[in-house]
Amino acid sequence: MGLDAKVPPGPLEDKWTKYRSTMNLVAPNNKRRIDVIVVGTGLAGASAAATLGELGYNVKAFCFHDSPRRAHSIAAQGGINAAKNYQNDGDSVYRLFYDTIKGGDYRSREANVHRLAEVSVDIIDQCVAQGVPFAREYGGLLANRSFGGVQVSRTFYASGQTGQQLLIGAYSALSKQIATGSVKMFNRHEMLDLVVVDGKARGIIARNLLTGKLERHAAHAVVLATGGYGNVFYLSTNAMGSNVTAAWQAHRRGAYFANPCYTQIHPTCIPVSGHYQSKLTLMSESLRNDGRVWVPKKKEDVMAIREGRMTGGDVPEEDRDYYLERRYPAFGNLVPRDVASRAAKTACDAGHGVNKAGLAVYLDFAERIKELGEDTIRARYGNLFAMYEKITGENPYKTPMKIYPAVHYTMGGLWVDYNLESNLPGLFVAGEANFSDHGANRLGASALMQGLADGYFVLPYTIGQFLSTQIRVDKIKDDTKEFEEAEQNCRKRLQAFLDVKGDKSVESYHRELGLIMWDNCGMARNEQGLTEGRAKIRALRDDFYKNVFVPGTQEEFNPELEKAARVADLLELGELMMVDALDRAESCGGHFREESVSEEGEAQRKDKEFTYVSAWEYFNQNGDPTLHKEELTFDNVELKTRSYK
Amino acid sequence: MKLTLKVWRQKNVNTKGSLETYNNVDVDPDMSFLEMIDVVNEQLIAEKKEPIAFEHDCREGICGACSMVINGRPHGPQQGTTTCQLHMRHFKDGETVVIEPFRSASFPIIKDLVVDRSAFDRIIQSGGYVSVKTGQAQDANSIPIEKGLADTAFEAASCIGCGACVAACPNASAMLFTSAKVSHLALLPQGEVEAESRVMKMVDKMDEEGFGMCSNTGACEVECPKEISIENIARMNRAYLKASLGSEK
Repeated sequence: MGLDAKVPPGPLEDKWTKYRSTMNLVAPNNKRRIDVIVVGTGLAGASAAATLGELGYNVKAFCFHDSPRRAHSIAAQGGINAAKNYQNDGDSVYRLFYDTIKGGDYRSREANVHRLAEVSVDIIDQCVAQGVPFAREYGGLLANRSFGGVQVSRTFYASGQTGQQLLIGAYSALSKQIATGSVKMFNRHEMLDLVVVDGKARGIIARNLLTGKLERHAAHAVVLATGGYGNVFYLSTNAMGSNVTAAWQAHRRGAYFANPCYTQIHPTCIPVSGHYQSKLTLMSESLRNDGRVWVPKKKEDVMAIREGRMTGGDVPEEDRDYYLERRYPAFGNLVPRDVASRAAKTACDAGHGVNKAGLAVYLDFAERIKELGEDTIRARYGNLFAMYEKITGENPYKTPMKIYPAVHYTMGGLWVDYNLESNLPGLFVAGEANFSDHGANRLGASALMQGLADGYFVLPYTIGQFLSTQIRVDKIKDDTKEFEEAEQNCRKRLQAFLDVKGDKSVESYHRELGLIMWDNCGMARNEQGLTEGRAKIRALRDDFYKNVFVPGTQEEFNPELEKAARVADLLELGELMMVDALDRAESCGGHFREESVSEEGEAQRKDKEFTYVSAWEYFNQNGDPTLHKEELTFDNVELKTRSYK
Repeated sequence: MKLTLKVWRQKNVNTKGSLETYNNVDVDPDMSFLEMIDVVNEQLIAEKKEPIAFEHDCREGICGACSMVINGRPHGPQQGTTTCQLHMRHFKDGETVVIEPFRSASFPIIKDLVVDRSAFDRIIQSGGYVSVKTGQAQDANSIPIEKGLADTAFEAASCIGCGACVAACPNASAMLFTSAKVSHLALLPQGEVEAESRVMKMVDKMDEEGFGMCSNTGACEVECPKEISIENIARMNRAYLKASLGSEK
């Protein structure tokens, strides 16, 4: 069955303006009677909740943190894109649209991406008005920098803490609405189930993490802004608490999960140092503006470096392989993330990795420090260099950084139409949690843009299309059989984890899942590995329900129980990712199938067979998910082989 | 290397807590402090005991979740560093390390090392924002802001809301946290309009939440993982005085 994305008719550049001007509205007196639940208060959730509150809806917002200000959007470093063309370098809405479509390897929806590019400019205005202290030039105007995969400077930033500053902006807008009473905030609450009544999303079951009490919350519509699922790999740049549970429970209730195999492996992260490692730390892509990526050409130099007899700085210039500059002269060190990551893997697989494990390449600032001086480099990246030194104990002003790719972002997510509404009426999905705008690969500095675009400027309008049909619906009651069933379901699930009383920790299962995902569904994938990976995950899941140990009870603050519920969902998602990766027998963006490469060894798309969005329905009785396809049509952009050479 | 840990264990806010000793904890110098606690917890779980509850999330020094006092110092011995970014290479083999929660009457203990810092949210809700609605903004470049001023505002805005300043202060004062937000917004033209009412409301809320007075010990600045300057406190005091003298209310 085909899926209808409900893209409005008309020329690409007029679609959003026309649609926005003609869509159904909800009158102010009716807005007061309508309840909306927003789950997640990162950039997308906080901005959506604040804006819906300003519009006059009754909003209930939920986050599992102790404060909305701690959502993982806060860790975004490099910047946010917008087609302002303040640098007069030829940028435009169309160019941002085109770069995003191309960067996503032609696997995203044209109309959504164009709308994203259109509203990007409003985001910067809004954030500056909120007091977000973006970097400025000496003349007092906003500064920009470049990011991978583009040839203009359109990235706005606040040192290496852009996500933090934008989130504080959204958090302050949210706080303003909490103060007025239009938003009721539920901190330390985790959504454990979606309640569907007569086919519509009408509420959630949330667990108060302090008391363990399961609470019923009813509303006319539910918005999920619950982030991505990179933690399925255990080691990733995501926060420890980031999880897929809200989206996955919605999926179990009927929402389709789209393109789960599209994961972004970020090329510049601090390499793994030991078996105890709990997470990986990103070094912003912006560093590639001034850093040069290389490995030693000679194996004897590699060995000497690994054994500590030599350092990177000792390798003479002619014995260095600046492999990105060599392979991709047009974009050099600023190729998109998927390309840079695969190139690092190729260099390390060929035996040129520069740490003990052989899984690291250099990111070298020596030349630019000589050219611009240490102070200029410190002004640009000071906090990143300091973070690197804290973690590794090495000074990157003196020796080149060692970096390696790590899981960073997930382009897949719940399927949504042009209105950001899932196939379940009344369920809306925003930010990283949806699949919508980045295709098979996200460009740097576009996650912040999409999260805020969805939350400030898209969803508050498009949700009106649904809510305008609900003005005659009374307050949704939470004492119905659907709420009762959902609450009992959560209670039983949680009790099941506690009742196993096995002898393995939740953490040990999570680590094992991560290894399977990284080995079988990581930077390079093939049919055999994916088939085996799926079987391994099933076996691991069976073992989890037989041998896991979760201490304590349901009716208390119990972080181990929270983790068990999250890992249980990741154990199902991992299997779906394997299935999706197996189905997509082409290479595109972050999804690299070893069976689908060009003669030069570059990723090869198969447009005739795979120009579609894979939207999966939850596993049936046989344990297989059902595939629904949304065919992608390109009326404005010609599908080309993505070249950065 | 091996360490001895003394960790504050407390079941909940209504029960009494105490320091529990964990001997011979195996530590790798490249571990982060939180990864060391992960290892202890894995061991506790293997023994079917309750793991140590502690707050953590991003583990890259920006979310502000971690909230431990290590050997008497919030976030431990290293200057300008959150607990998650503190690495074990800064400790010596055989050392005893005492780990306690952030302590303040306004931060009640939830369990072990986890405290309730929602008072900070309420201070922000009392006025820590610019009253602009979505869609009301003018073009971002229409008001140039002098670079030095923008940079100072940014430095104040880099507060992560962890509460180390409160834990460090002998009076459990929240002046550094509150003044960082007041300064961030007051320094920018966008925040200037409401500067007077903002400082009045936020200071009043801070007092209402039970935080102590500032007596200029400067401990907050020393322990702040983001090295926020106490100049912000001076700026807030001036603004508060000016606002209260000039206020029409």
